[in-house]
Amino acid sequence: MNFKGKDIISIKDFSKKEINYILDYSKKMLDYARGEKYSDLLKGKLLSSLFFEPSTRTRLSFESAVNRLGGRVIGFADPAATSQKKGESLADTIRMADSYSDVIVVRHPQEGAARLAAEFADAPVLNAGDGAGRHPTQCLLDLFTIYTEKKRISKNKVVLLGDLKYGRTVHSLAYALSLYGAELTFVSPESLKMPKEVVQECKELGVEPKHTSSLEKAVKDADVLYVTRIQKERFPDAEEYNRVVGAYRVDVDLLKYAQDNLIIMHPLPRVNEIHPEVDKTPHAIYFKQAFNGVPVRMALLSLVLGVKK
Amino acid sequence: MKELKVQPIKNGTVIDHIEAGNAVKVLHILGIPKTSSSSVSVAMNVRSKLGKKDIVKVENRELDPNEVDKIALIAPKATINIIRNYEVAEKYRVQLPDEIIGIVRCSNPTCVSNSKKEPVSTRFIVVEKDPPRIKCYYCEREPDDIADRII
Repeated sequence: MNFKGKDIISIKDFSKKEINYILDYSKKMLDYARGEKYSDLLKGKLLSSLFFEPSTRTRLSFESAVNRLGGRVIGFADPAATSQKKGESLADTIRMADSYSDVIVVRHPQEGAARLAAEFADAPVLNAGDGAGRHPTQCLLDLFTIYTEKKRISKNKVVLLGDLKYGRTVHSLAYALSLYGAELTFVSPESLKMPKEVVQECKELGVEPKHTSSLEKAVKDADVLYVTRIQKERFPDAEEYNRVVGAYRVDVDLLKYAQDNLIIMHPLPRVNEIHPEVDKTPHAIYFKQAFNGVPVRMALLSLVLGVKK
Repeated sequence: MKELKVQPIKNGTVIDHIEAGNAVKVLHILGIPKTSSSSVSVAMNVRSKLGKKDIVKVENRELDPNEVDKIALIAPKATINIIRNYEVAEKYRVQLPDEIIGIVRCSNPTCVSNSKKEPVSTRFIVVEKDPPRIKCYYCEREPDDIADRII
């Protein structure tokens, strides 16, 4: 399978076979990601890291991935210090980065920005999040986490909880999990329900997602609980926000309903949707999930740069 | 003798088999009356073998392919008849291409294709031809009402 020069823009650009290949290759990167083994696979390669929006995990894990494999990074984490401030187009910024480096990672507030970037770059472009749109490397690391924790993705009962309307990770994840035929249950406040287009996509892939407002009921036989942040700014008043947040908080009381082998995932950052006491339980996988960004991004970078061993 | 509700035209284009009620949208797409000073006839709810339809006749103007693409977005069953000296010189059915470029604006205000700064045309992938369903190449959003989004 040849990924050399391929752009990573949307999870929908990949077949299940290709995703499996990436996940298996990511597994081989685990020792390098932990720093237990050293490789100079990306020696001499330069990555442009263009973050037009804030990021902690995505940016740092890309940088960690490159540095641990012997490559180097140029870029910015704050567009205020660039010519964007002077009104430069994204297209022109990408043309520059393309001439300075071998691969480009871009996060941008506008949906479709990464697709546009790919049109103006010869080097492969990796989408690190475009507005409320896609975030394919997050989706791949989510799949990788389920794959490594549960040994397979198919047949798992996965509950997606929280802001299913605006949360960009859950849309791609619902699609990708449907490719594998996982069982899906959506739990959200009425105002933040999964968009009908996403539900339709799941159905077209043969998965009939369940909807419920009862979190206790949903976690009962779940294998995976994927929690997302409920964004305060989506609510017209604070009282309504507090009521909703209270109803969907994951705490040790809720875990009494859960199976022993339930894993709890979260793309992070979390605010108060998961109580810190849950962190100490074996269910909490979210920090490991964040770490998994490193092996998955190592795999993607070496694949698109064509330097796979 | 059967009375003609709309007179034949000498030169121009007849757009037939427009879904009943959509003739006004077709006029809007063609920019009529702004782009044309010649006569335009519109027949609505005309009975035909396949039920009711609308017909638009534009004198002294032959549609170019770009305009035909636009019509296919709202009248996918329409036929285009190019009339020269009262004869049908060309007749074809509108056909949506696989991609629509620079014709429809994305309904997502934060889509990069709506950014005035970027040197790109809007671009849509045709998901279904009849009834037409299109998806923004950049942000993947499907506009609910395509006619409202035509540039």
